[in-house]
Amino acid sequence: MDAPGTTRREVLIGALAGGLVATFGAAPARATPDEMRAAIRKVVGTAQVRKGRIDLDVPPLVENGNTVSLVITVDSPMTATDYVKSIHVFNEKNPQPNVIGIRLGPRAGKAKIATRFRLADTQMITAIAEMSDGSFWSASAELIVTMAACVEGL
Amino acid sequence: MARPLINVPAKVKRGQVFEIKTLISHIMETGFRYTTTGQRIPRDIITFFSCSYNGEEIFSADFYPAVSANPFLTFYTVATESGTLEFKWIGDNGFSETASVPVTVE
Amino acid sequence: MTGSLPRCLIVAIALAACVASANGGDIPLDQRRSGYADLGRDTKAMQDDDTSNPATLWVLDGEALWNQKAGSANRACAECHGDATASMKGVAARYPAFDAVQKSPIDLEQRINLCRTERQNATPFAFESHELLALTAFIGRQSRGMPIVSTDEKLKPAIEAGRKLFMQRIGQIDMSCAQCHDDNWGKHLTSSLVPQGHPTGYPIYRLEWQNLGSLQRRLRNCMIGMRAEPFDYGAPEAVALEAYLMWRARGLPVETPAVRP
Repeated sequence: MDAPGTTRREVLIGALAGGLVATFGAAPARATPDEMRAAIRKVVGTAQVRKGRIDLDVPPLVENGNTVSLVITVDSPMTATDYVKSIHVFNEKNPQPNVIGIRLGPRAGKAKIATRFRLADTQMITAIAEMSDGSFWSASAELIVTMAACVEGL
Repeated sequence: MARPLINVPAKVKRGQVFEIKTLISHIMETGFRYTTTGQRIPRDIITFFSCSYNGEEIFSADFYPAVSANPFLTFYTVATESGTLEFKWIGDNGFSETASVPVTVE
Repeated sequence: MTGSLPRCLIVAIALAACVASANGGDIPLDQRRSGYADLGRDTKAMQDDDTSNPATLWVLDGEALWNQKAGSANRACAECHGDATASMKGVAARYPAFDAVQKSPIDLEQRINLCRTERQNATPFAFESHELLALTAFIGRQSRGMPIVSTDEKLKPAIEAGRKLFMQRIGQIDMSCAQCHDDNWGKHLTSSLVPQGHPTGYPIYRLEWQNLGSLQRRLRNCMIGMRAEPFDYGAPEAVALEAYLMWRARGLPVETPAVRP
């Protein structure tokens, strides 16, 4: 970070930030809402995505972006002829737009999953569910990520 | 000493929808972090997870760097017959881990 | 690195504000609360359910180490101590303890390593190594729910030394532990709640670390935040501070292995 053209102020900033450089949000490259839309397009193709049928349970205030609890429930009877085929989760501002992609089927009995994921910053996440009839449904949630006051330096 | 932790009910009734909880030890290094000296830390993540019930795959997932360290994943299945649930995790640098638990259907 | 500079500055300013509003004095016994009480719903759930708590992975590894022969004595912990669920129940609740041979207080990690060097003829585990954290978590887990005990008279000098360290202003920010954790608990430092700082759940799985870590790691973390030179792992000062913190938390239940943000 001590590159030519670096101002003294930037050097000081670097020194202060120290080990913080190693946090998750360190990469200069970032996904953008456009990249998230492109990632979603990759999954759904040209199909229309409708809002609804997905419940996203996330903490209102994220205590640490390294570990965010996520519970997704899709409204589906999960019968042999009417079930959820896949669930995909996307984010706007992590270095990459994808979080997790899940394949399931009628043998799940219930279209509900829980996992934990990382958020580099306050942002919107979107879940997309693909149904057995080929329809796509979506839900989004805005998550506020708080920063730890006392991070471990060095 | 990576080892997976699986939690399913000891006994289930035929037709019952039951929860499967999984937790596995893994750093899930994103590949987007740098050391204090500017070296990029290479990506080291689990990329794929699957669960089979008596040999038939009933659930699978693709993991990306945004999945938290020590991945936790829960899902459901319908109790059809007694047998075995088999779990598989595959990742970068040849990472491969398996686990299996018995299912007793009454 | 998003927000890291503003974060540094904001923390420094907020810390200065803490200094300004210091009022002094121990927390009354009936007002003491574990950091658990202030966790969000999801972090509480993570700690409460063993399959959800990532620290369980270390507890299981600790159990395996407990039963595994080690050192040139080719002896497992279990060969002397038997079933840990019985023999280790309540042990972590009273550490650091006074060691008659060392003639000084030692913490649980040091106790484990003394067993390794003296009983197993094995090399001691490095501080913060996976093995040491795993064994400490496994032994600590056996005391879960039991009240912290600090009654040994022989610990008094260490507790007193620890109290002095707790009250002493240190580092470039020139703050003491007490100014945050005695005088300003319950308030916010940026968006984080300032906890009372009780060592009820160590080793903890800290989301910030994405890893299990010891009480000493957490203390060093605070000292770095004060821009102070942290104590070396295993330093007598670090153990004295641990002894004071356990006395200060006496009666509160052990939560090991806890989860914190």
